[in-house]
Amino acid sequence: MHSIEAQGLSKRFGTTSAVGDLSLAVEEGEIFGFLGPNGAGKTTTIRMLTGVLSPDRGRVMIDGIDLFKHPLKAKLQMGVIPENSTVYVDLSAEQNLHLTGKFYGIPADKRKKRADELLSFLGLDSRRDDKVRTFSKGMRQRISIGCAIIHRPRVLFLDEPTSGLDVQSRRLVVETIRRMHEGGSTIFLTTHNIEEANTLCQRVGIINRGALVVTGRPEELKKTFDPTQSIVVSFARAIPAAFFDSPSILKAEVEGDKWRLFTDDPDAAIKYVTRLATGHDNPITSLHTSGPSLEEAFLRLTGEAG
Amino acid sequence: MDVPLLLHGIGTVAEKNVRIYYNKPPVIIFGLLFPLFLFLAFFIGRNLPLGTFYPGFIAMTLFFTSSSVGPLITPWEKRDKTYERLLSYPLVLESILLGDIVAGVIFGLAITFVVWGVSAVVIFPAVATAGFLIVAFLLGTITFAALGTLMASPASDAPSNIMMLASLLRFPLIFISGIFIPLAEIPGWGKVLAYLSPLTYLVDLFHAGLDGNEALNPFLDIVVLVGFTLAFVLLARAIQKRNLVKGL
Repeated sequence: MHSIEAQGLSKRFGTTSAVGDLSLAVEEGEIFGFLGPNGAGKTTTIRMLTGVLSPDRGRVMIDGIDLFKHPLKAKLQMGVIPENSTVYVDLSAEQNLHLTGKFYGIPADKRKKRADELLSFLGLDSRRDDKVRTFSKGMRQRISIGCAIIHRPRVLFLDEPTSGLDVQSRRLVVETIRRMHEGGSTIFLTTHNIEEANTLCQRVGIINRGALVVTGRPEELKKTFDPTQSIVVSFARAIPAAFFDSPSILKAEVEGDKWRLFTDDPDAAIKYVTRLATGHDNPITSLHTSGPSLEEAFLRLTGEAG
Repeated sequence: MDVPLLLHGIGTVAEKNVRIYYNKPPVIIFGLLFPLFLFLAFFIGRNLPLGTFYPGFIAMTLFFTSSSVGPLITPWEKRDKTYERLLSYPLVLESILLGDIVAGVIFGLAITFVVWGVSAVVIFPAVATAGFLIVAFLLGTITFAALGTLMASPASDAPSNIMMLASLLRFPLIFISGIFIPLAEIPGWGKVLAYLSPLTYLVDLFHAGLDGNEALNPFLDIVVLVGFTLAFVLLARAIQKRNLVKGL
């Protein structure tokens, strides 16, 4: 079943088309990354998917509920962390959670219990009664996360959730995504951080100039343009280039005290390097593989490659 | 539309507004002092009979308090970046607008009842028809809370701009609405302006409730105020829908 399904979404602002005939589907329990350069239509799309903005054309189904025919029921299924949005700074951390819980119709006793759980998870237990006005950006974002998940949503939308955050808050965002995913929630994540999408997402979609250019698993997309991988290896003692004479190694380049070996058959290349080290009694001190990057695929697909 | 969910949303928006925007000492103190300033500014030294001025005074108090904070809520929410989150909650634009109006009604009624209570002790105002008086209180707060919400509609995240607009709209109304000169005595062109002001009908309805000296049929006052309320709500809905994501 699709948790999020958009069909033919279009939105114009004046004479500018922000999003044109965009369709996508996200499976239940999936982590879906939505990538695109600035101005590509990511925020307009997420606003239409969360019911903040009405499309000119098209429809959105959330957990099988038509968002624009039954907005209240559909919105009960979702939690949203909007980009640049914050919580009420004149309320305390706990009051913000309670107020949000009330919007979602959570009874008072359950709200209290859930708020306690979340404040502990967010590391804000000791600041629960402090006004959010006194919080740092990272702490505000943590409360924002708490507000988005207080009702344990079946679908969680995050718009650039780690943008400008400190390491600790960024890790908390990632941990939240993982926990919600483990709990069965569907995650829709827009991000500029391609590495983050690569690490977290099971599938990504790339939007450019208001149109969805491609969707697929990160590994598939990476290989779309360049199947070549490389192995970065270092040995206990220096080794000459002539030693890398193998059909499985296309090219060898020195990188400091390491060698980068380009290959389209990493398994054979690693086996060759291992035999080489054993045969010359020159132990491998480090070895890692490096594939074509999602960033490269992103740049090619959005036409921004140099 | 799921009506219980809609009503729950309206109630929670109103509660949020009262808690965050109305329940602040400066707002409450200003709300209570403002009628005193109005009284001092417009009654003292003008040789107006108190009985003639009092219905207009209560209407003015209700008008200003009900529409005082409403114009600022949406600009505040946009400026503080909480509006988009609000839109993503199980709410529709109508729940937000009606929640804003309900909060304005609660504040307007609370302040006006305090002023009414204090003045009742001091000047023992007569009550000609209690029914009209009650309708004037309720309908007046709804109409002007709706006007406040309409004034919040321009695409602005700068509360100071909206405050200026609100003052430009509200202050002239008190001079053309039969508060200082009875409606029957206003000259021709002035009367046309008076009939365009919703405050005129509220002042007249208070006259009907308090001294029985109304210039128009009180039922006509009620119908016109209901009409203005609907117009304000529909206009606010149309403008806010157009400006929904501006300033987010």
